[in-house]
Amino acid sequence: MTTEVHHAEPGIFRKYFFSTDHKMIAMQYLFTGMAMALIGGFFAYVFRMQLGFPNQQVPGYGIVTPGRYNALVTMHGSIMIFWVAMPVLIAAFGNFLIPLMVGCDDMAFPRINRLSYQIFLLSALVLLASFLVKGGPFGGAWTAYPPLSAVGAYNLTPIGATLWLLAVALEFIAFLLGGINFTVTTMNSRAPGMKMYDIPLVVWMIVLASIIFMCSAGPLIAGAVMLLFDQTMSTGFYDPTRGGDPLLWQHLFWFFGHPEVYVVLLPAMGIVAEVVAVFARKKVFGYKTVLYTTWAVGFLSFVVWAHHQFVAGIDPRMANIFSITTLLISVPITEMVFLYIATLYGGSIHLDTPMLWALAFIAEFMIGGVTGIFLGSSGTDIYLHDTYFVIAHFHYTFVPIAIIAVYAGITFWYPKMFGRMLNETLGKIHFWGTVIPFNVIFIPLFITGTAGDQRRVYSYAQFAEQSRPALQHLRTTSTVALLVMLAFQFVFLFNFFRSVRSGTSAGANPWRSTTLEWTVPSPPPHGNFAEMPTVYRGPYEYGLPGRADDFLPQNVPD
Amino acid sequence: MSASAKPIANTRSGTGIPTARLITWWVIASEIVIFGGLLASYIMHRIGHPEWAESASHTLTWAGALNTFVLLTSSLCAVLAHKAADAHDGPKAAKLLRLTALGGLIFLCIKGYEWTLDIREGFVLSSGGFWSFYYTLAGLHGLHVLAGMIIMLIVAADAAKNQELQRVECIGLYWHFVDIVWIFLFPLLYIAR
Amino acid sequence: MTTEAHVQHPNYVKIWAILVALLIVSLIGSMSHIRAVLLIAAFGVAVVKAYLVAKNFMHVNVEKRWVPYLLIVCLLFIFIFFAGVSPDVMKHSGLHWTNPSADQPAQPGAAAKHE
Repeated sequence: MTTEVHHAEPGIFRKYFFSTDHKMIAMQYLFTGMAMALIGGFFAYVFRMQLGFPNQQVPGYGIVTPGRYNALVTMHGSIMIFWVAMPVLIAAFGNFLIPLMVGCDDMAFPRINRLSYQIFLLSALVLLASFLVKGGPFGGAWTAYPPLSAVGAYNLTPIGATLWLLAVALEFIAFLLGGINFTVTTMNSRAPGMKMYDIPLVVWMIVLASIIFMCSAGPLIAGAVMLLFDQTMSTGFYDPTRGGDPLLWQHLFWFFGHPEVYVVLLPAMGIVAEVVAVFARKKVFGYKTVLYTTWAVGFLSFVVWAHHQFVAGIDPRMANIFSITTLLISVPITEMVFLYIATLYGGSIHLDTPMLWALAFIAEFMIGGVTGIFLGSSGTDIYLHDTYFVIAHFHYTFVPIAIIAVYAGITFWYPKMFGRMLNETLGKIHFWGTVIPFNVIFIPLFITGTAGDQRRVYSYAQFAEQSRPALQHLRTTSTVALLVMLAFQFVFLFNFFRSVRSGTSAGANPWRSTTLEWTVPSPPPHGNFAEMPTVYRGPYEYGLPGRADDFLPQNVPD
Repeated sequence: MSASAKPIANTRSGTGIPTARLITWWVIASEIVIFGGLLASYIMHRIGHPEWAESASHTLTWAGALNTFVLLTSSLCAVLAHKAADAHDGPKAAKLLRLTALGGLIFLCIKGYEWTLDIREGFVLSSGGFWSFYYTLAGLHGLHVLAGMIIMLIVAADAAKNQELQRVECIGLYWHFVDIVWIFLFPLLYIAR
Repeated sequence: MTTEAHVQHPNYVKIWAILVALLIVSLIGSMSHIRAVLLIAAFGVAVVKAYLVAKNFMHVNVEKRWVPYLLIVCLLFIFIFFAGVSPDVMKHSGLHWTNPSADQPAQPGAAAKHE
C-alpha cells in the first residue's frame, strides 16, 4: 500500500536552504565539500611552492613564513579529511544514493538529516572564521598533539587552536547524526523484497563506515573536551607536570584516527564496486565475501591504531602487538581488491570515464597499501616515521579515496543527479591530466622520504644537515606536477558546470544498470518513486544467458 | 509535523523495530563510546595516581547519594510513562514525563549546590588532576541530563494530545542510559577512595 | 502514531525499591575499611543496578537479539581502548623506562606557567 504525500511547490528558501529532501541535502554536502576542496587544494599549492622554490614569493599568496607554513599544512590536512573526503564520500553520496537504492522516498528522519547538514555547515564556517582571527588558523598539525596544541604560547595560534577544535567537534556531531540516520534508513526502510544480501555494496559500505565512525569517534570527543579545557581553562589533562599525560591524547586521537581512514576507504570501495560491475557488465565476484571481509576490516581497524605512535615512546611490547595486527589488516583489504579484479576478469569492459577512474583507484590504492607495509612494521617505521615516505604512502591511499573514487562516483551518478551527461572527451582529458601528474607528485616524495627528508619543516635551508641540495630537483618536480594536476581540475569544473546547462539529456538509465536509482527519472522527483518498488533479486544481475538485455533490474518481476 | 507528513521511509520496519526506537538504540550505542572513552581515561589516571585519593575524599558523598536516589526515582517515572503510553493514555504519560523532567531539574539543582560548596572550598576545574576529571565527567553527564529534560518536555507536549506516543518509550530509553552512566559515576567519583 | 506494546510490564515500583536498597547497601559498604568490601560495594552493586535498569526499565532482554550485542560490542571497544592505552598512561614504568614526573604529586605552581 502506498501513501500519497502531497506537497505544494516550495519557495526558494524552503527548496534550497531549508529542504529536508535527501537529494537536496546531498547537493548541499557535495557543493560545500567541493568548495572546501578548492581551499584545501590552494593551501597545498602554496606550501608545495614553498618546498619546491624555497623562500620565494608564492604567486597569489606571498611569503610563506614558518608559522604560516605550519598553519597551511594543518589546514590542508584537516580540510581534506574532515571537510572534503567525509562530506562528499559519506554525506553526499550516502544522502543521494541510500533512499534511492533501497527503494524508499527519503531518509527515515529527514529533519534530523537537515539538522546534520546545518551543523556541518556551521563547522565549516567556524573553521573558515579561524582564518581571520589574531594569530591565524591553527598551526599544530591536524593531529594536534599536546602540549603544542594545548598551550597557545607554543603553537602561536591560540584562538585558531580553539576554533579548530570546536569546528572538528561540530563536524563529528554532524556525522554522528547523519550516520545514524543512514544506518536506520538502510536497516528499516528498504523496499519489500530487498533482503540483506540484495543491498547494493555502496550502501553497505557507507553504512558500515558510519558505524565505524560512530564507534571510534566517542573517545576522541572525550579527548577533545579535555583538550579544550587544557586550552581554555588551565586544566592539565595532557600536562605531565600536573599529573596528565600527552600520550593519552595521542591514543585517543589515533583510536579514532585509524578507523577513520577506513571510514573514508569503505565508501570509496563501494563506489568502485558499483562502477566496476556496471562497466564490466558482470556481477561483483563474491558479494558475500566482500561483505564479510569488510566487517573483518571494520573490526580489525580498531586494534591497529598505535602504529602511528611507534616512535612516541609507547610500551615496546604494545608496539609488537600493533605491528602484527597492522600487517594482518592488509590481508582482508588485499582480498577485496582481488575480488574486484576477479569481477573484471572475463567481463565485457567498457572504458568510459567512470570505469577509468575505478581502474585507477584499484591500481593506485594497491601502491598505497603496499608501501604501508614498511610503515606498519615497527622496525622500518622507526626510520621512516615523520619522513616524506609517510606522506607519499598516505597520499597514495587518500588521493584514490578522496579524489579518484570521488570522480568515479561523480562521473557515474552525475546523469542521475542532474539529468545530463558529462562530456566524455573532457572527462578523459581530465582523467589522464589528474592521474599521471598525481604519480609524478608523490613518487619523488617516496625517494626523498627514504633519503631522510623530514615532514612539517617549512624550509630545509635553515637546517644544514637536512638541506641536501642534491634532492631539491625531486622536490621541485613534485611541485611542478602538482601545478599541472591542479590546472587540469579546471577541465572538470568546466565540464561539470557546462553540462548542467547544456549536456545531452540523460534519460533514466544511460549506463544500463540494475540498481533501483536508475529506474526513476533523472533527476528524481520529490518522493523518488511514483510507485514504491518491490525487489525480486540481488543488485548485480548482469550477463544473464538467454535474455535480450544483458542486465536485469532489481525491481522487474520474474 | 503531523503524522501524515512523515516519509514512507519512517514508517517501514525491515528489522521489526520501529524506526524511532531503532535510532534511539544507535544514539545510545554512540554515547557508550563517548562516556566510555572519558571514563576509561579517568580510570587509567586514577589507578596510576594513588595520591589522587586525597582529593577524592573531598567529594560530597551525601550529594552524590541523594542525586542517585533522585535519578533512580525519575527513571521509575519514565518507565511508568512508557507503560501509560502503551495503554494509549497520552495525558498520563505526559504527566509522568514531566515528573521525570522535574527529577532531572532536582538533580541539577543538587549538583549546582554541591559544586557551589566544592568551589567555596577552592576545588575548581583546574585544581588538579582529580578535580579536572571530576568536573568534566559530571559536567558532561549533567549536559546530557539537561538535553534529556528538554527533549522530554517536547515529547510530553505531544503525548498530552495523544500524539507521537512511540516517542515516550524512546526518550525513556535515553533517560535510563543517562541514569546508568550516573550509576557508575557515583561509585567512581564519590565512593572509591 | 501509537505503539503496539511489545513488552510485558513488571512491577516497576518493586524494581525501584530494590534499586534504592542496593544504593543503601553500597553506602554502608563504602564506610568499610576493608578494600575488597569497599570495591564490591561500590562497583559490584553498580553492575547489578545497571543490569536491573537495563533489563527491567529498558527491556533490553525482550528486544531483538542484536541490540544488546551491539551495546556489548561498543563496550568491548572501550575495553580494547583501555587495554591498549593503559600500559602507557596508567603505569609509570615498564621494561626499560620510567616516567619520573608522573610519580611526583601534582604541582599547583605549575599552572601559573602556562598563562
